Amino acid sequence: MGSAHSVPAEMRELADRTGFTSEQIEHLHRRFKQLSQDQLTIRKENFDNIPDLEFNPIRGKIVHAFFDKRNLRQESDGLADEINFEDFLTIMSYFRPIEMNMDEEQLDRFRKEKLKFLFHMYDSDHDGKITLQEYRNVVEELLSGNPHLEKESARSIADGAMMEAASICVGQMGPDQVYEGITFDDFLKMWQGIDIETKMHVRFLNVDTIAHCY
Amino acid sequence: IVGLRERVGFLLGLMALPVALGQRSSESPINSNQSQSFAIVSFEWDHVKDPYVITLWILVASLAKIVFQLSHKVTRVVPESALLIVLGLFLGGIVWAADHIASFALTPTVFFFYLLPPIVLDAGYFMPNRLFFGNLGSILLYAVIGTVWNAATTGLSLYGVYQTGIMGHLNSGLLDFLLFGSLIAAVDPVAVLAVFEEVHVNEVLFIIVFGESLLNDAVTVVLYNVFESFVTIGPENVTGTECVKGIVSFFVVSLGGTLVGIFFAFLLSFVSRFTKHVRIIEPGFVFIISYLSYLTAEMLSLSAILAITFCGICCQKYVKANISEQSSTTVRYTMKMMASGAETIIFMFLGISAVNPDIWTWNTAFILLTLVFISVYRVIGVVLQTWILNHYRMVQLEIIDQVVMSYGGLRGAVAFALVVLLDGDKVKDKNLFVSTTIIVVFFTVIFQGLTIKPLVQWLKVKKTEHREPKLNEKLHGRAFDHILSAIEDISGQIGHNYLRDKWSNFDRKFLSKVLMRRSVQKSRDQILNVFHELNLKDAISYVAEGERRGSLAFIRSPSTDNMVNVDFSTPRPSTVESSVSYLLREKAGPVCLDMQALEQRRKSIRDTEDTVAHHTLQQYLYKPRQEHKHLYSRHEIMHSEDEKQDKEIFHRTMRKRLESFKSTKLGINHSKKLNKIHKRDRGQKRRNSGVIPNGKIPSENPVQDFTLKEKGIDNPVFSADDDQSIYMKFSPWLSSEDTVVPSQRARVQIPYSPNNFRRLTPFRLSNKSIDSFLLADGPEDRPRSFLPESTHM
Repeated sequence: MGSAHSVPAEMRELADRTGFTSEQIEHLHRRFKQLSQDQLTIRKENFDNIPDLEFNPIRGKIVHAFFDKRNLRQESDGLADEINFEDFLTIMSYFRPIEMNMDEEQLDRFRKEKLKFLFHMYDSDHDGKITLQEYRNVVEELLSGNPHLEKESARSIADGAMMEAASICVGQMGPDQVYEGITFDDFLKMWQGIDIETKMHVRFLNVDTIAHCY
Repeated sequence: IVGLRERVGFLLGLMALPVALGQRSSESPINSNQSQSFAIVSFEWDHVKDPYVITLWILVASLAKIVFQLSHKVTRVVPESALLIVLGLFLGGIVWAADHIASFALTPTVFFFYLLPPIVLDAGYFMPNRLFFGNLGSILLYAVIGTVWNAATTGLSLYGVYQTGIMGHLNSGLLDFLLFGSLIAAVDPVAVLAVFEEVHVNEVLFIIVFGESLLNDAVTVVLYNVFESFVTIGPENVTGTECVKGIVSFFVVSLGGTLVGIFFAFLLSFVSRFTKHVRIIEPGFVFIISYLSYLTAEMLSLSAILAITFCGICCQKYVKANISEQSSTTVRYTMKMMASGAETIIFMFLGISAVNPDIWTWNTAFILLTLVFISVYRVIGVVLQTWILNHYRMVQLEIIDQVVMSYGGLRGAVAFALVVLLDGDKVKDKNLFVSTTIIVVFFTVIFQGLTIKPLVQWLKVKKTEHREPKLNEKLHGRAFDHILSAIEDISGQIGHNYLRDKWSNFDRKFLSKVLMRRSVQKSRDQILNVFHELNLKDAISYVAEGERRGSLAFIRSPSTDNMVNVDFSTPRPSTVESSVSYLLREKAGPVCLDMQALEQRRKSIRDTEDTVAHHTLQQYLYKPRQEHKHLYSRHEIMHSEDEKQDKEIFHRTMRKRLESFKSTKLGINHSKKLNKIHKRDRGQKRRNSGVIPNGKIPSENPVQDFTLKEKGIDNPVFSADDDQSIYMKFSPWLSSEDTVVPSQRARVQIPYSPNNFRRLTPFRLSNKSIDSFLLADGPEDRPRSFLPESTHM
């Protein structure tokens, strides 16, 4: 590894923090360099170079998520313009598979982190709530891959899902109550009992990457 | 209980009938006297003998099922397959005792050609594809390597023990033992299905064991054929080339079988695209073409099970999309019926065939050792393979899973059929093998079947979660898929999601265009399906609830009903069965308010409100079929325009729900007419003031919700009669634009009401920024509304 910022000590620190093994970090670093075209940071435009990403209906949100400061574990808000390798790794670490040796507390934290990532993706205006409009946005994007599905149908589904969420999260609502949006706690409630840890992960191989960009 | 005994006695007596008849057939004189005069009636037994006996046996098997189901205590503990085997033994004993010949047996031909295909087709057609392909790696490993391992170790160990002389003298050499090993090694799909069905382990575990049992057929076929031919040509002639040929044949057989299956799946999907006008025979295509795939593979000496499995797996998506709802139901039920029937017959005949002292050869050591070896080696094999797999799997397989997998490796009728198929001249010890196989099969099915349920409970194996399909889950599941494949793309990996993504793109761009009907292509989306189902469920439960309260009789009154032309002249028995909800539930497909049947529920004298209810319901559910009952034709089914109504229901129900959502704030029941549609046990119930929505999950008893409702105004369904006039004036179901508008008061009072809620048909997004439910209502220029302008408190 000849790059300036992959010194073994840093590597180990990164490995500890993000949970990747050194081989995986190495490979991801190589990928990072590919994406950034040998720069130290990546910008949004760099993601346009990934051919397969174009067909992804929610690519906008995903790319956005990489730059979302809330995901980068900074206490601040808003969007970063560019991210370095460390940030890249941080985002990737949300998708690590669970390990056999995790205990209850670690599992729980893991799960919360993954769900928080999801939540930030849906909550585009950063106000801590997923409102109906944001939800609609997400659903429309999700279903935009299907060219035959009309917008109203997508909208209806979003509305229905929102109401379902409201019924799960809030349950009893007084006549004057208004359901403003899904907060993170509500979001957690929605996912209670559903096994997200086994669903939301990518297997990071220890072998070299295969796909490439333009 | 007395009735039970009598019933059982009667049924058992009935079951003895085929036995008696079977005897009769063997005793009847070859020729009869030539009678001199014309016989008015004669007993033509020989004429009908074959189909009669077959039908009787099927009847017996089915009656047996009834008898078994009579006692829940027994069926909860003992798997049905075990009971059937015991019954078979019993019946075989009767035949034997009476006749001293074994006249009935499970012949391999009947088994392989008629009994096995329905079961495997049923498995393939209803296979959860995503789960299957997601775990395909593991399944293949167990199926191929596992079976080879089992066969080799069992055969070799038995041979080894034989060499030590414990078994006494046998006429078999190494190859014979290997042959035996290969046919006893395979896990049997029929047995696995029969037992696991009652155990309900979690889906990953089930799919691995079950997938293994299906896919190991290729291995079994190859090994069996290879060793059989080796035995035939003699051990001296087995050279290296023969072995190589054997290995090559494995690939040919398995891949060939799969390709045959895929080809026929393609053919079937393609054909189903054009069957719109022959709906009556639509279901037939599924069975015929699938069966053809089985036979073709069999003809080409490829793996027939693989062929029909993959035919079912590959065609399900397209066929289910293309054929009408009724055909889909027909296919489903017929398949299940045939599979279940075949399974019952198989197990029963396994029992009967066992009672055949001619074949019985007892060799304690051999039998005992076989049992021991297959169990032990299975455990070892599973453990080893799982250890390897866990390095590559995302969801690890734990010890408990491995225990269930080892224990669930049941042998069944396939092994039995294969062993009976052996050539007794070439394989000198055929009888010994047959006896051993029978014992092994009985042991696994009965003993392991009996004990697996308590074992699963004791080990606290994760069970399947039967959860209502939640829209959110589906949505987020979709989001996951996309996110994960994006991450895979970004990080440059090729993983499951990447592949799945690629496949679904390919499918959408090419395959679906060719194989799916144009009209269906757009509406075939998982999320839509869930949504649709939920809507239907709501509608059904709404009507059911209304019925329970005795107030929703759909009475046709001439003044208002100009939509339906139904002839009420035919009297029909008025039973509870013909209630609306029963009808609705019976229909797996689109809701059909058959006015004819509903008319029988005429209880209420409150014509007006019922008509109102009827009309309102009519808006949100399908328009009743016209003249359905009176057009009995073998070639035509009147069908409604599914697609348009799909969309209609969709939009309307959604809109209504949102109305109800809104109205919680109103504290008024202005939208009561609409809202009663929303009697959903899922949550949002429009409540009158003081009564709060109930956020319970769907499984709750809807009656509870209604009691809450009554605290407010009395049943909103029947309150305002002034709504009548409005209903009469505007025929909302005739209106082309679906407008729903809150009342004047609502509009003023509602703190929120996003414009978008009001209409779901084409409309533009409001210019205001809508970022929550808190939004003032829009302009009040609404052309029509069938909402009552007045409100009640």
